Amino acid sequence: MERVGVFICHCGSNIGAVVDCARVAEAVRNYPGVAYSTDYKYMCSEPGQEMIQNAIKEHNLNRVVVASCSPRMHEKTFRACVEKVGMNPYMFEMANIREHCSWVHAGKNEEATEKAIDLVKMAVSKVCKNEVLQKGHAPVTKRALVVGGGIAGIQCALDIANNGYQVDILERTPSIGGKMSQIDKTFPTIDCSACILTPKMVEASSHPNIKLITFAELEKVEGYVGNFDVTIRSKARSVDMSKCTGCGTCMTKCPGKADDEFNMKLRKRTAIYTPFPQAIPNKPVIDRESCLKFKSRKEGKDVCGICAKMCPAGAIDYEQEDELFVEKYGAIVMATGYEQFDHSVYGEYGYGKYPDVISGLHFERLVNASGPTQGHIVRPSDHKEPKTVVMVKCVGSRDPEHGKSYCSRTCCMYTAKQATMIRDHCPDTKVYVFYMDVRTPGKLYDEFYNRTREEYGVDYIRGRVSKIYQEGEQLIVKGEDTLLGQQVEIAADLVILANAMIPNPDSEKMAQTVGIGYDKDGWFTESHPKLGPVETHTAGVFLAGACQGPKDIPDSVAQAGAAAVKVCALLSKDQLETEPTVSVVDTKLCSGCGLCVPVCPYKAITLETIQERKGGKTVERQVANVNSSLCQGCGACTVTCRSGSANLKHFTNAQILAEVDALCQTMQ
Amino acid sequence: MLLNEKQIQNEELNKEFLRRSGVDVSKCYQCGKCSAGCPVGDHMDIPTNKVMRLAQMGLIEDAMKSSAIWLCATCSTCTTRCPKGVDVARVMETLRIMAKEHGYVAEKNVDKFHSVWMTIVGTMGRMYEPGLIVGRNFSTGKILQDTQYGVPYIAKQKLKLVPYKCKNMDEIKSLIAKAEAMDREERGNK
Repeated sequence: MERVGVFICHCGSNIGAVVDCARVAEAVRNYPGVAYSTDYKYMCSEPGQEMIQNAIKEHNLNRVVVASCSPRMHEKTFRACVEKVGMNPYMFEMANIREHCSWVHAGKNEEATEKAIDLVKMAVSKVCKNEVLQKGHAPVTKRALVVGGGIAGIQCALDIANNGYQVDILERTPSIGGKMSQIDKTFPTIDCSACILTPKMVEASSHPNIKLITFAELEKVEGYVGNFDVTIRSKARSVDMSKCTGCGTCMTKCPGKADDEFNMKLRKRTAIYTPFPQAIPNKPVIDRESCLKFKSRKEGKDVCGICAKMCPAGAIDYEQEDELFVEKYGAIVMATGYEQFDHSVYGEYGYGKYPDVISGLHFERLVNASGPTQGHIVRPSDHKEPKTVVMVKCVGSRDPEHGKSYCSRTCCMYTAKQATMIRDHCPDTKVYVFYMDVRTPGKLYDEFYNRTREEYGVDYIRGRVSKIYQEGEQLIVKGEDTLLGQQVEIAADLVILANAMIPNPDSEKMAQTVGIGYDKDGWFTESHPKLGPVETHTAGVFLAGACQGPKDIPDSVAQAGAAAVKVCALLSKDQLETEPTVSVVDTKLCSGCGLCVPVCPYKAITLETIQERKGGKTVERQVANVNSSLCQGCGACTVTCRSGSANLKHFTNAQILAEVDALCQTMQ
Repeated sequence: MLLNEKQIQNEELNKEFLRRSGVDVSKCYQCGKCSAGCPVGDHMDIPTNKVMRLAQMGLIEDAMKSSAIWLCATCSTCTTRCPKGVDVARVMETLRIMAKEHGYVAEKNVDKFHSVWMTIVGTMGRMYEPGLIVGRNFSTGKILQDTQYGVPYIAKQKLKLVPYKCKNMDEIKSLIAKAEAMDREERGNK
């Protein structure tokens, strides 16, 4: 005999101002199965929960429905609440009358109240069919994978490793270090980026708990929280890591040349190379696109091979191939970082064709002592020191028509930093900055910006630049000083654009591989914008750094630490509780068609052969079998199943149909 | 004209302005609070913050040509309220002095008022209102301006018809002489 208690929450005025909660409670009081019904201002509050617990005892309730917010918000709260007084948590059901009702029907109080009554009746009908379920347990692989070896990835790995857990860093390029290794100085303290990064890189590479997997790609992720099986593609380095001593002799004689990506193509590098002098691991790779040997092999010849002749350790291996291997991990941290917006979409800034119109990252390499100009600020075109520099902010940021709608957060500060660096290196050079707003919300950030104007004498002009064009040796920058309401034209020698931060070009593919969400721009989505900033909707996968959205170094490091704590909390458990809401197959009904096998995203379903007695004979036939520890309860198999034998616990066909019936009855 | 060329043209004027005003105009972050509180702001050709912006960008000639600097009554509300501690009223005053020296007087009548005022204070050591009214009205050619207030003011004893001098006139004279000497030195510097 079902005895359902119904509790209608006002959620302050969130629900109460639209839905007549007392009327809802009244309307379901005599509904079949309902033994008790009431309403209260805040059901999730302590007195609210006590009210539920007391009602269970007093009225001998065996099922509970709370009509309030989304289950994402408080299902856990109420399940725990009923469990405390001995009720199975799966005998609790939630009706969402806030997100699905009062919030979307504001101003239509009568209709919203009617809808709320329907939603509650549906929940009551379902809860009457609910069954007692018990949580399962799964083991935990006590090892984490950090995808991306930039500052966020390194910091996260160090934090996990220092907590005593094994962690692997998977890096796509030949060296860890990421974007921070390309940057010359860091704001607002102007300390050398490499000086604070390289110790962390060394620490990560020498840490007993950290393994570096560089020049490798994430290929496939299978499994679930605590038990991921990750397939990794180790790209062919053409250098045997176990033999190479990192002496660098091979690089001195290599005749192959390619644009140096690390130096923003401002100079050339050899075909066998390490990206930068402090690279870790400091062992080169052969870029097969520019290597003379590999190029000649495509034409059926086989030339060069100088590096192999030069190598004293015999480490060069031209026959190496990509290797695939599978590793087990308990948790995954995505720290794949960002890319720089390509300003060539802006015709008015010269389509990226003027050599002296450069991006912020170009400037970082120009001003870096180990960069292509040994740290001298010169024009890329004629290597002369610029006398007038114009900086343009919001290139690609806050421009929904041509770029991105968001603010990249870091540009205001790096522009101010670069402006002060120009004034420091070349005191006679005049610097102008075109901006829309100056956004400096960080510790000592606004003070830094004010120093840029007041002490370094940088002229800030409020307005977007409309056009940049070449006139003789100079670039004419046309803009508007909106504070004066006047057009301005400046003859500049060098123009530095503050390009937006954008996600990696393949971030969406990456998100699909790992099975996490991403937003319209391709940034990975956190599980809650305020309260779950490093978690994802996929249990066991966490986010660190700029892959979640534009971030500066302090924010990336802080988030990396936060993600590490979440990983450690997960790995510290010997067993994980698993949800019992998994799929089961009724073998009596299953025809063994196997349609459910390929639709299962978790590879939890296999076909197995069973024996049964039929007409006095023993016959064999195939049926589907669900591995309950792999099943994540998505329900894809239940909608595919033609015989209706696959059923998702807690969302069975009978339970869902009961809800539908309840709705249809009220509509008659 | 190119902004950088214009700034180079104004370089000497800018140096003079910064030296004579002693105000660090680069501190201004263009919040507009000076314009917002200015009691004569409605009558200015450009608002106070634009005068500050011109000064900040080193475009002193444009700033000197504005009539706003002449309408400024030096009430110093702007200076008092500036969140960055910029002496805006001082900027206005310096621009007025420089504008007069360079022959840019956008509001001639205000300048004439100032001259009459100085003559009276220079000779009497204090203000003599009937003299100011007569002096101003004759120099500006607006003979009858504000004369309707004369009789009621006299009746209420707000206006003293008999002038009287300051007791220690010598001190006033030496003060003015010192100021004039500083002015001459300034011109010599140029």
